[in-house]
Amino acid sequence: MSHAPQPLGAPVVRREGREKVTGAARYAAEHAPPGCLYGWIVPAAVPKGRVTAVRTAEALALPGVHTVLTPDNAPRLEEPDDPVLAVLQNDRVPHRGWPVALVLAESLEAAREGADAVEVEYGTTDHDVVLTGDHPGLYTPEKANGGYPAVRERGDFDGAFAAAPVHIDATYTLGGLHNHPMEPHASTAVWADGHLTVHDSSQGSTVVCESLAQILGIDRDRITVVSEHVGGGFGSKGTPRPQAVLAAMATRHTGRPVQLSVPRRFMPALVGHRAPTVQRVRIGADRDGVISALAHEIATHTSTVKEFVEQAAVPARVMYSSPHSRTVHRVVPLDVPSPSWMRAPGEASGMYALESAMDELACALGLDPVELRLRNEPADEPDSGRPFSSRNLTACLDEGARRFGWYDRDPAPASRQEGPWLLGTGVASATYPVLLSPSAARAHAAPDGSYRIGVNATDIGTGARTVLAQIAASALGTAQENVRIDIGSSDLPRGSVAGGSSGTASWGTAVHRAATALAGRLAAYDGPLPAEGVTATADTTQEAAQKSPYARHAFGAHFAEVAVDSVTGEVRVRRLLGVYAAGRVLNSRTARSQFLGGMVMGIGMALTEGSTMDPAYGDFTERDLASYHVPSCADVPDVQVHWIDEEDPHLNPMGSKGLGEIGIVGTAAAIGNAVRHATGARLRSLPLTPDKVLPYLP
Amino acid sequence: MDPTPAGRGTAAPAPADDRSTLTLHVNGTARTLTLDHRTTVLDALRQHLGLTGVKKGCDHGQCGACTVLVDGRRANSCLLLAVAHDGARVTTVEGLADGDRLHPLQAAFLERDALQCGYCTPGQICSAAGMLDEAAAGFPSHVTPPTADVPVGPAPLGADEIRERMSGNLCRCGAYPHIVRAIEDVAP
Repeated sequence: MSHAPQPLGAPVVRREGREKVTGAARYAAEHAPPGCLYGWIVPAAVPKGRVTAVRTAEALALPGVHTVLTPDNAPRLEEPDDPVLAVLQNDRVPHRGWPVALVLAESLEAAREGADAVEVEYGTTDHDVVLTGDHPGLYTPEKANGGYPAVRERGDFDGAFAAAPVHIDATYTLGGLHNHPMEPHASTAVWADGHLTVHDSSQGSTVVCESLAQILGIDRDRITVVSEHVGGGFGSKGTPRPQAVLAAMATRHTGRPVQLSVPRRFMPALVGHRAPTVQRVRIGADRDGVISALAHEIATHTSTVKEFVEQAAVPARVMYSSPHSRTVHRVVPLDVPSPSWMRAPGEASGMYALESAMDELACALGLDPVELRLRNEPADEPDSGRPFSSRNLTACLDEGARRFGWYDRDPAPASRQEGPWLLGTGVASATYPVLLSPSAARAHAAPDGSYRIGVNATDIGTGARTVLAQIAASALGTAQENVRIDIGSSDLPRGSVAGGSSGTASWGTAVHRAATALAGRLAAYDGPLPAEGVTATADTTQEAAQKSPYARHAFGAHFAEVAVDSVTGEVRVRRLLGVYAAGRVLNSRTARSQFLGGMVMGIGMALTEGSTMDPAYGDFTERDLASYHVPSCADVPDVQVHWIDEEDPHLNPMGSKGLGEIGIVGTAAAIGNAVRHATGARLRSLPLTPDKVLPYLP
Repeated sequence: MDPTPAGRGTAAPAPADDRSTLTLHVNGTARTLTLDHRTTVLDALRQHLGLTGVKKGCDHGQCGACTVLVDGRRANSCLLLAVAHDGARVTTVEGLADGDRLHPLQAAFLERDALQCGYCTPGQICSAAGMLDEAAAGFPSHVTPPTADVPVGPAPLGADEIRERMSGNLCRCGAYPHIVRAIEDVAP
């Protein structure tokens, strides 16, 4: 062996990094099968109604246009589990942007011109796209996203709240948010010799493969879905998306390879979004800040296509001592695109409100906001009563306060000024659950001393290849350089989705089990291995189904310093620190990048990102990157990331918690709380754009 | 010798009213193509020359993923029509390395983990290469302090200058702090 084993946690450089910096890494729309047709979606141009006619003659007469698929002539599909995938199956228009036709042409230019030339007539009915906290259509669903009960009650909230000497009752509003990964959703599909191969920009190609098999009514073994490199997803590629179905349908229909990318401006309608929320938080506490009553009540929207409920009240079941508690989700189906997962669904939105309310309580009491949180540390998980497997929020707050220089602040608002800039600092906690999904893996040892691991993980930028090689190498007692790792194809052993911050834990457990079994088998060999090598496999289906007796969550603390321009109302983040307790960190280099990335998205959530529904037109007003402002380089200071060494034996063989999402959780609240400290103004609606801030400045 | 090196779409039918034959000098090699007049430089590179290191993030000049160097200056290739760039010298991310030896910016991005998903990365690196040349030539930015000494020499590249000058390249993974450090490593 040419390399010495390195301990788990080593800052190993990401394996595919060289391909990415040289441009050699190929993404879904960068496969060019001979004879490829290019697709262009025709999006519905009304917010609600029916397609009464699709006229395609003019489009078909254009040079290069090959086929136009419409609800009239598109192949029939089996009814999908996820109704957003039932494309071109009927004449119903549930929202603007819903696909009403697909043009296939010999070039991108011809496809686009063809899409413009398709004439669609609609019969429209009145639409309703605006969420309000008292919308008459709001109802209480059975469950919120993630399978959480929509309603939980403990004790007597109303009585305890009424009896408490100190009250907070505040309502926070968040507009819609868009994932906008840099790589638009895309599929290249080839139907050849009875086998369908799809290069898909997906967070989990096993699920895409199984969905396509069900929808197309063909055997799973006749479909291969490849997601080798994926240009980000942030949840929007966590479920199969319409472009994969359309491309697969089109290649089967035409007998030609088909490539279909979703144009950037079409993405908000087709790939999910974080639904807007109206969140009422009520806290009753004693004069020392100890909480007796806590209610978090959410109103949100879903589409008329499916029920998706952002689980924003769930973190209030985890965070603080609250003997009397009520957490409620209500939802109204509107004529809007279907919401879905966006980085830390529930936690990111809910913790904005809860952590802002905690700051309001600290202000009302004249108590330091770090101290307030320390005084409300629960012994066990408040909602379930289960003990925490580990909970180091206190350590994160203490270490963060020390590193940030938190206690240097004068708690009085608007007490620091630097020229036209008003300066302030804010803090917020973060949490994210530990999730585990079933996965399978194969481990193979070759006679030359090399190893090969197969697992259908997806690397959406997390460094999955790298950390899985480290996990395998650790179990095999070898250097990670001796381990080849195959991921990103549905032909590999089944892997779960890269989502819920669960990828490393889920794939890693399967890899660890397979590699450990392989090591056991290898120990039986004295001499050289057989020519075909030795193989072991693992499947964690049973292990993942076991319910833990522990409440398992990662925790963190965010500290922000902002400068507010008293002339323009512009808010700039000067410093941002995140300290996390996320179990054992398995690769300090790629882990740091993930924490950092979550925090940067949190800056966007706080200051620049927000999507509004135009009530008359019936669509998102901000649909592209010119109008929907993701943070740019100049918006982001030198963000600091640290973590606590956390040993937790109740997680998985690696001792890791997920870390892809917790970085966004709490960041927006920390920034909002810092703006309050800087200005004295408590703003309860994000993003904190200058127009919202300026009216409150002196 | 075939004057049109292999690439899809280069089978060059006779120019019609809606197509023209043109030559792009891409990464040091002349590539003659007959292209639809609507074809952007971005699509010429990706679809017709197989240079898929150039990325399409928005196709509207809003994200910078398609940044290449055109005659030495960085440009959003999605906003350029190929027919209007006959004879242009184009450098893509594929043209930066010297054989197996990475360009210093590529090496620095790798070392600083200045990327995650990698989709904005080629544009970031091309943009950084162009930006370093702009700064060396004394181009000021929005954050360059006003000075009486005009023209100034090479603009000093502190972190704030880099952040400002790199703000045309979006990174949704949020690698900006590492991108800034990687560029600082290479900046004079």
